[in-house]
Amino acid sequence: MSVSENDVRHVATLARLGLDDGRVQALVGELNGILAHMDVLQQVDIGGASLDPDATHGLRMRDDVPSPIPLARDREAFAPSMRDGFFLVPRLATHGTAGAADDEGEG
Amino acid sequence: MTDVPYQALLARSAREVASAIATGDLPPHAALDATLAAAQHAQVGPEGLNAVLWTDAEGPAADLAALTLHPDLPLAGIPVAIKDNIATHRMPTTCGSRILEGYVSPFEATVISRLRGAGAVLPMKTNMDEFAMGSSTENSAWGMTKHPLDRTRVPGGSSGGSAAVVAAGVTRIALGSETGGSVRQPAAFCGIVGVKPTYGRVSRHGLVAFASSLDQVGVFGQSVDDAALGLQVIAGVDALDSTTVHVPVADYRAGANDDRAQPLAGVVVGRPTEYFPTSLDPRMRTLLDRAADRLRSLGAEVRDVSLPHTELAIPVYYIVAPAEASSNLARYDGVRYGLRVEGNDGLRGMYEATRSQGFGPEVTRRILLGTYVLSAGYYDAYYKRAMAVRRLITDDFTRVFASGVHVLLTPTTPTTAFVAGSRSDPYEMYMSDIFTATANLAGVPAMSQPIGRIDGLPVGGQLLASHFDEATMLRVAYALERALGAEAHT
Amino acid sequence: MSAASVTDAYEMVIGLEVHCQLKTRTKLFSAASASFGDAPNANTDAVCLGLPGALPVLNRTAITLATRAALGLGCTVHPVSVFARKHYFYPDLPKGYQISQFDRPLATGGAVVIGTLDDGSPKAIGITRVHVEEDAGKSIHDRFANASAIDLNRAGTPLIEIVSEPDLRSSADAGAYLRELKLVLEYTDVSDANMEEGSLRVDVNISARLKGVETLGTRTEIKNLNSFSGVERSIELEFARQCGVLAAGGAVEQRTMLWDGARGEVRPARSKEGSHDYRYFPEPDLPPLVLAPEWIAEQRDGLAELPAAKRARFASVYGLGAADVEQLTVSVELADRFEAVAAAAGDAKRAANWMLGTVLAAVKTRGEDVASHPVSPARLGALIRLEAEGAVSNTAAKQIFAMLEVEDADPRDVAEREGLLLVSDDAALVGWIDEVFVQMPAEAERFLGGERRLQGVLVGAVMRQSKGSADPKKVNQLLAARLG
Ligand SMILES: [Mg+2]
Ligand SMILES: [Zn+2]
Repeated sequence: MSVSENDVRHVATLARLGLDDGRVQALVGELNGILAHMDVLQQVDIGGASLDPDATHGLRMRDDVPSPIPLARDREAFAPSMRDGFFLVPRLATHGTAGAADDEGEG
Repeated sequence: MTDVPYQALLARSAREVASAIATGDLPPHAALDATLAAAQHAQVGPEGLNAVLWTDAEGPAADLAALTLHPDLPLAGIPVAIKDNIATHRMPTTCGSRILEGYVSPFEATVISRLRGAGAVLPMKTNMDEFAMGSSTENSAWGMTKHPLDRTRVPGGSSGGSAAVVAAGVTRIALGSETGGSVRQPAAFCGIVGVKPTYGRVSRHGLVAFASSLDQVGVFGQSVDDAALGLQVIAGVDALDSTTVHVPVADYRAGANDDRAQPLAGVVVGRPTEYFPTSLDPRMRTLLDRAADRLRSLGAEVRDVSLPHTELAIPVYYIVAPAEASSNLARYDGVRYGLRVEGNDGLRGMYEATRSQGFGPEVTRRILLGTYVLSAGYYDAYYKRAMAVRRLITDDFTRVFASGVHVLLTPTTPTTAFVAGSRSDPYEMYMSDIFTATANLAGVPAMSQPIGRIDGLPVGGQLLASHFDEATMLRVAYALERALGAEAHT
Repeated sequence: MSAASVTDAYEMVIGLEVHCQLKTRTKLFSAASASFGDAPNANTDAVCLGLPGALPVLNRTAITLATRAALGLGCTVHPVSVFARKHYFYPDLPKGYQISQFDRPLATGGAVVIGTLDDGSPKAIGITRVHVEEDAGKSIHDRFANASAIDLNRAGTPLIEIVSEPDLRSSADAGAYLRELKLVLEYTDVSDANMEEGSLRVDVNISARLKGVETLGTRTEIKNLNSFSGVERSIELEFARQCGVLAAGGAVEQRTMLWDGARGEVRPARSKEGSHDYRYFPEPDLPPLVLAPEWIAEQRDGLAELPAAKRARFASVYGLGAADVEQLTVSVELADRFEAVAAAAGDAKRAANWMLGTVLAAVKTRGEDVASHPVSPARLGALIRLEAEGAVSNTAAKQIFAMLEVEDADPRDVAEREGLLLVSDDAALVGWIDEVFVQMPAEAERFLGGERRLQGVLVGAVMRQSKGSADPKKVNQLLAARLG
């Protein structure tokens, strides 16, 4: 398998990486160079191998008691843009305030 | 109390100095002073090795002032250098990346609070490949780190800054992090000891994630004992990391003062043939043979074993690690913290400008690779398959250790420290992890210790053990270190 | 063709995805408070903010509640389930992924019964799966000019997503399914399940196909619904739209539609369904969730009585009609209160009438919940007994009830004090009758002359004379007696 210029653009969009045409060109070569070494995996007989994550230790759970990880400094101290306690982002033009449902993903 | 010149003090083991401070034989600031003097002398800053990114002038002094000395404070007054991807709230945590420029974490990693609780002081954060993606510490937004013995060469990576600081004699102990060999490989290149604990042995709370199923905090030491001491303090289950496991932490120093003639009697050391390819530098083979002979003379049985899926480790690793990285690095979006570049096209523009200007070329490459192998239509062929083969690699280890083998002996790296800029092809660079990535994929503990030199450059011997058996691994390491003596550095 | 006859040719196929907020004190993966109405981002810690190095730690109570809900919906809860990361970029999704469950959900294979089919068999709507996931934060677009405001207080609060099979065939089906689902979630006490407050969120998957055709048509998804009526209305509109497209020989486009409650219309969202690639993979920060079969069994045994079972019991044990049963079981509180009153009154039918009539009316005007109404089941039971004995009239009983709302006293004492006990001793009654005969000589004359129809008029007059305290039965007997 090998990636095309369109694959790289599509993946860059999914990953929200802005790439100029030059970078895209270069990356097609770099990624194919790397992926060529991965093809060996297609030949491996994985018959025996389980695909489920290892459940031997299971998942520890915590009690439902409020004890947030304390923050040594205010959100304002590290947030790029805040007002009235809200994080600010460039205006999202939406019909209604469906939020994620209106643009990406789901609720 | 007598003040000691810093070289002499730094020549003593962390444990010796800690107990001298804890019992009042040395002033609390003695070790810190020595480290600061040594840092000056070794030029660890940008003017020299560029191994140290950030320093904390007040914090350590304040900690020492607040320190209530009691004899069982294992790291009383001992300075420990910290990799820049471990959250500290007095110094920045940037992961060597522009996207976290100036970011100071509002909370502290569990390993950091455990070190401070043990009496350690944290005077510096060390350079690294951006988000730990690299094997040379050339991929740092803050410039490459140079090898302490030869400034034209790389110290290895991604924890190259911590390795260089310890190798330069500035601290006895430093923390790094491992995903595919990022502690063992630079330890080998720099001629020091580097330990990667079992996955789940040390808390990742506060370790900035690269590949969550592979990441583990690791420890550098100038000696096996320094590394064992550091590990002893940070090991153990943590309520804030669901992947830590409740397995009792043994005494990692059991082998420290075992001066019997045959301390390794009954220990079986396996030599996996796949780690000794015909292409291996014969001089490196000779050094490993010497190490094996020493182990035999210490009473160990050395036998050849096979880990048949070893050659698949790098392809598997370079699917799994980038896939998880593409997910873990999605949070750097310019909304809540870190770099933000407005761009010209609303939210989408801000995202793309921030991330493309914030991440360096290697990180960008891996995010794209990882996104690709997870994307619709490729998941099964790449990620799912890689995870299945990963299970086969794990089974290899399980089988060998079940067959009565206690530890494995291999080279840590295929080569010694290479010249900066000499590895331009990404995959060629990835191959420097060929002997180390397996332990991360299988989750087993592994370590590197110096076993000699080639053309004056250090060579590392790697020991691997079964899950949560760091104790046996370290016992063998202690014995080998003692048996090799000065040979380890010649 | 008229719009009606166009839709007549088609059958609607609906499946619902319901997101339900679980009643926990803290978030699903962090110990930050899950309470609402606090200052923006006040309830966010390192985990909620997705700070570098923060890791998820699972809330046990969330899993207990999710398990209870799943069992209440008749699902199989699996001993091993796996959390997975679902990726998309949006400012109210701090990590760039939502921790959810994908190919190994908590529970699968349940059903909700929404009445009976023509052949009398139960009409069951299949539940495909119930999985656990974290909520996103809130994006507020109308607060600041040219900036959207992000509040992450809701980010990370625990949700269950309940996915139904495409078994629903009408907006009425959908309404019935949602009402029953809401009841189960309330009866099992896992959620407030309030659509208006957003603790219950519904997405509709709807497609149309020619009647008799087996294969499913292309579906659209309706989001942004905030009321049951909105759900039913939007289904009607979208179905009609799809039928129109199909009847005109067009093809329905798979996409997301948005319900605009204010305008009462359904319109396409900007982005198309197809453009998403969520890149799910198992969450490496969380080992698989392992639940002991014994524990799951415990949860099943400890489950509260479910709505269907309660209805059946009320019908059989109390012999109540379907309508009464339906109304008495709309909430656990009302059902419990009814049972207490019925026990005290020793008469379930009267108790039911009182609860559904006077009590609910009083509760409504007082604007409080039935459980906290001041007239205790014991007092109300006693009052109902008085009425049943004929010691007070129904009118008087209602007056006494009103008095009991302000003073906690024995109904009989109140009745006596207020002279509301029915007088049935002849002397007093004869006295009143004589007075009435004096006041109304003409009517008395004609009645005694044989005009029996005037008896009602005279009884009324006697009741007035006695200020309602006379026992009408007795009065009738005495008047009848005078005719000799
Ligand atoms: Mg969904
Ligand atoms: Zn969902």
